[in-house]
Amino acid sequence: METLAMPAINFAAIMPETILSAVAMALLLVNVFVRSEQKAYLGYLSLIGILVTFFPIVAGWNAPVELQSGFNGAVLQDNFSLFFKGIFLVSAALSILISDQYMQREGCNHGELYPLILLATAGMMLMASGTDLMVIFLGLELLSVALYVLAGFNRDKLKSNEAGLKYFLLGAFSTGFLLYGMALTFGATGTTKIAGIAAYVAANPMITGNQMFLVGMLLMGVGFSFKIAAAPFHMWTPDVYEGAPTPMTAFMSVGPKAAGFAAFLRVFMIALPAYKPEWSALLWVLAVLTMTVGNITALFQQDIKRMLAYSSIAHAGYVLVGFVAGNAVGTAGIMFYMLSYAFMNIGAFAIILLVGRKGEPNNNVADYAGFGFKHPLLGLAMSIFLFSLAGIPPAAGFIGKFYIFSGAIQAGYIWLAIIGVLNSAASVYYYLRVMVFMYMKDPVEEFDWLKVTPAHALCLLVAVAGVLIPGIVPGYLLELAQKAVFF
Amino acid sequence: MVPLPYYLIVSGILFSIGTIGVLTRRNAIVIFMCVELMLNAVNLTFIAFSHELGKIDGQVFVFFIMTVAAAEAAVGLALMIAFYKNRESIDVEDVNLMKW
Amino acid sequence: METFFFAIVALVAIVSGMLVVKCRNPINSALSLIVTFFCLATFYVMLEAPFMAAIQVIVYAGAIMVLIVFVIMLLNLRTETGSRYTHAVTVGTIIGVLTLIEIVYFFSGGRSGLTGATGGLNTETIERVGHTELIGRSMFTDFLLPFEITSLLLLVAIVGAVVLAKKKI
Repeated sequence: METLAMPAINFAAIMPETILSAVAMALLLVNVFVRSEQKAYLGYLSLIGILVTFFPIVAGWNAPVELQSGFNGAVLQDNFSLFFKGIFLVSAALSILISDQYMQREGCNHGELYPLILLATAGMMLMASGTDLMVIFLGLELLSVALYVLAGFNRDKLKSNEAGLKYFLLGAFSTGFLLYGMALTFGATGTTKIAGIAAYVAANPMITGNQMFLVGMLLMGVGFSFKIAAAPFHMWTPDVYEGAPTPMTAFMSVGPKAAGFAAFLRVFMIALPAYKPEWSALLWVLAVLTMTVGNITALFQQDIKRMLAYSSIAHAGYVLVGFVAGNAVGTAGIMFYMLSYAFMNIGAFAIILLVGRKGEPNNNVADYAGFGFKHPLLGLAMSIFLFSLAGIPPAAGFIGKFYIFSGAIQAGYIWLAIIGVLNSAASVYYYLRVMVFMYMKDPVEEFDWLKVTPAHALCLLVAVAGVLIPGIVPGYLLELAQKAVFF
Repeated sequence: MVPLPYYLIVSGILFSIGTIGVLTRRNAIVIFMCVELMLNAVNLTFIAFSHELGKIDGQVFVFFIMTVAAAEAAVGLALMIAFYKNRESIDVEDVNLMKW
Repeated sequence: METFFFAIVALVAIVSGMLVVKCRNPINSALSLIVTFFCLATFYVMLEAPFMAAIQVIVYAGAIMVLIVFVIMLLNLRTETGSRYTHAVTVGTIIGVLTLIEIVYFFSGGRSGLTGATGGLNTETIERVGHTELIGRSMFTDFLLPFEITSLLLLVAIVGAVVLAKKKI
């Protein structure tokens, strides 16, 4: 019997994923020996794991091409995916920092939380670096299955159950579409490797006449749109975000979205560059719809978690603008924006988590009356996050939006940029409404239950720094983002 | 030899039946079974293409889809049990604490 | 002859697929789904993929469906008395039927150039090497990374199921 010819494996290309999964498995074992009131230590251990994971990411930056790809071209750890991996790690670390307090308060501090977060992060990384549809699909599923559990993690609370179940049913449904798209694409091109699809399309230009291929790409787009919560596939977002435990809402509002965009960008930009006018026309409509639906619905929300859920839909719309632009400026803008979104959104959720009490009774915007006077520092932090979300300088959110919209203008999508700016202006209303309650209403509550743990304070500090520093001196990060663009 | 489009049409029909089921049924378990039906339609597409193209890739993909379906089934059914414990029902119309 | 056989199996698959959506009792839906799975396994044999047919029966019809039936029994779900359908029944049906028409239209349309780059797999290779071995070879060389990812996925599924459903953790 002939021996198996092993492929060129190159572990360096999947080093971050390997470390994260190894740490996750070790934590599962350690978890057995840790008493339930000390589960916070698992969080610290996982933070150490995340810090270690930053090393291969920094080391892999600008690595020679032959070191980037691994497993017969199934993954490609280029600068693009490294930048996204950085975003995932930041969002995972910040969410872990705020998890323990919440989980203890709600009485569900099971140690399995941290391994699941780490494995979900590994799934996101595989999505960002996968260059084979199979790897992208499995990374997506690794991420989604972990998130279904995390959304329903507070299993004694009905809302959390509902969030998990809803996320699961709609997620599995969208997976069906994604897979059907992949199947048709495989049938039309005979390969699942993105580079192979690109080569086939380049060699057979008459494939545009093959409706099967187009339908396949379209269905894949639908599947990805579900994951990034673009309208009209956004229905699950508000319910899931509202019902899920707050730290997990923070986690799933950033990382999975960024991962979805990374895979979406790679598939469409590499496999279908020749048909950019066609798909960017579709995405144009999607972007406008997503921004508008997200912002208009957010105007009427009373629950602050729901409001941020709709705002995250709107933000997906802004990022889609950069995708439509499809040039280097727009893509760098997407990456910069997703990174600053990680800081500002998780920061905002960290404050929401503090204001909420057991069972989260006061999540309404009106409950923030006088919050800014009772806790000036926390109020200031919240204002910074809200300013950044609204896109007001000098916060990082402004720079990101600026780059995305200027990318759109450079590519000739003037109207899209105008609609984006108008939407951004409309969004100021609902962010400022929270500030009005914080600073211009008399306090109803004493907010004396607020207890800022060291971990929480660290999360807030990092988030504020992450919003302000790139907002004031964006040069370095933007340069990194521009180097990370893969075309 | 049955021509390829026959298989594709059958799988397309099964996929549509699954879609209709997901969108119209109320029982969460039945919805999940309809999702399984959709996934199976995809599997049939993959294997038909794999046979037609003479490439094993599609069949390996099906293998992974089956694994994913098993993982999803485990987690999804656990979620349904957790929901049922609190609600005594798995009717998705009861998933209505949250409405905008 | 083969086409005739195909037509019969396809008919059974589609009818039982419809029954999955139509049945009042979830158990009946589950059993209809198993029938569909068996029909698909038949197709896989016809498409010269005996290994896939085997795991279709063993994994899908065997393991996954048993799990589903087990949960149905555990939750003691009876025949639904009220309405089976959501309020979205019209919208859902319209979307579904549109998908159906689209798919049938596309596939019965441009039949030339329907498929892409071909490989070397044919009846002769399958008979000489064996289907299982072909799959195994391909899985442990070309698709090694996806194979490793599945192990993580199953780990997540195990941990998740325990966290969500175990009585005391």
